[in-house]
Amino acid sequence: MRRLRRTLVKLLLALVGVVMLYAGTGLPIPGDPTSPTATHVSDTYIEEAYKDTKTDNIVTVVLGDYRSFDTFGEVLVVFTAGMACYFVLVGHRPNRPGGTST
Amino acid sequence: MTVPRESLIVQVVTRLMVPMIQIFAFYVIFHGHYSPGGGFQGGALLAGSVLVQRVVFGLQRSEAAFAYRLGVPFGVLGALIYFLIGIVPQLSGGNFLDYDELPIPGLGAVMLRNTGILLIEIGVAFAVMGVLISIFDQLAGADEGDDSTSENGRWT
Repeated sequence: MRRLRRTLVKLLLALVGVVMLYAGTGLPIPGDPTSPTATHVSDTYIEEAYKDTKTDNIVTVVLGDYRSFDTFGEVLVVFTAGMACYFVLVGHRPNRPGGTST
Repeated sequence: MTVPRESLIVQVVTRLMVPMIQIFAFYVIFHGHYSPGGGFQGGALLAGSVLVQRVVFGLQRSEAAFAYRLGVPFGVLGALIYFLIGIVPQLSGGNFLDYDELPIPGLGAVMLRNTGILLIEIGVAFAVMGVLISIFDQLAGADEGDDSTSENGRWT
């Protein structure tokens, strides 16, 4: 029974891998100048970044301005990681006034 | 693990290096507009400048540089700075994180965006620095006081 299940899982994984590889063939080649990402977004960023913000570093403009929502999410991820560590490592320590002892 | 003995060489080199690391961290943050860098990298460097003191000098002597209680508040402050920079333009009629609407007089829309990027980078730097230091301090057991430290305040 267990062997059968393992074989089934392996077959399923292989199937998913084949599907992924097949889907990968439809992606544009990296660096292709005619791919959709290289014809709309990238051009606009490269052409407008300095005009919009007087900032030479396009990466900073994308990170801080065009994609600032994304960066906000990144900061929240870092912050959440810190909070998680705080509550795991500090909150549940026994024999502390503030901690819930086990 | 054995308690590391105090090494004069390591301590002197650390004292020399820490200001350099901090100056370079501020350079990375504030020069991120013109060269590779930004809040994440600068914040990590600032955290590193504190952590190297924690490791070399021990908790008691490095608390003067950065108290272990300040780690989490710095993280909160950084995320809050970012959020406020986002919400203030919304209060004056723009979108979230729309720097054009920041209420700073004397700056055009372009320079406002420039300033907005700098302000959020500072927020990011605060958050990364505070979180990294607080994670290190909690893993090292800084809040346990004398239990986890030897008599000279050094983690074992």
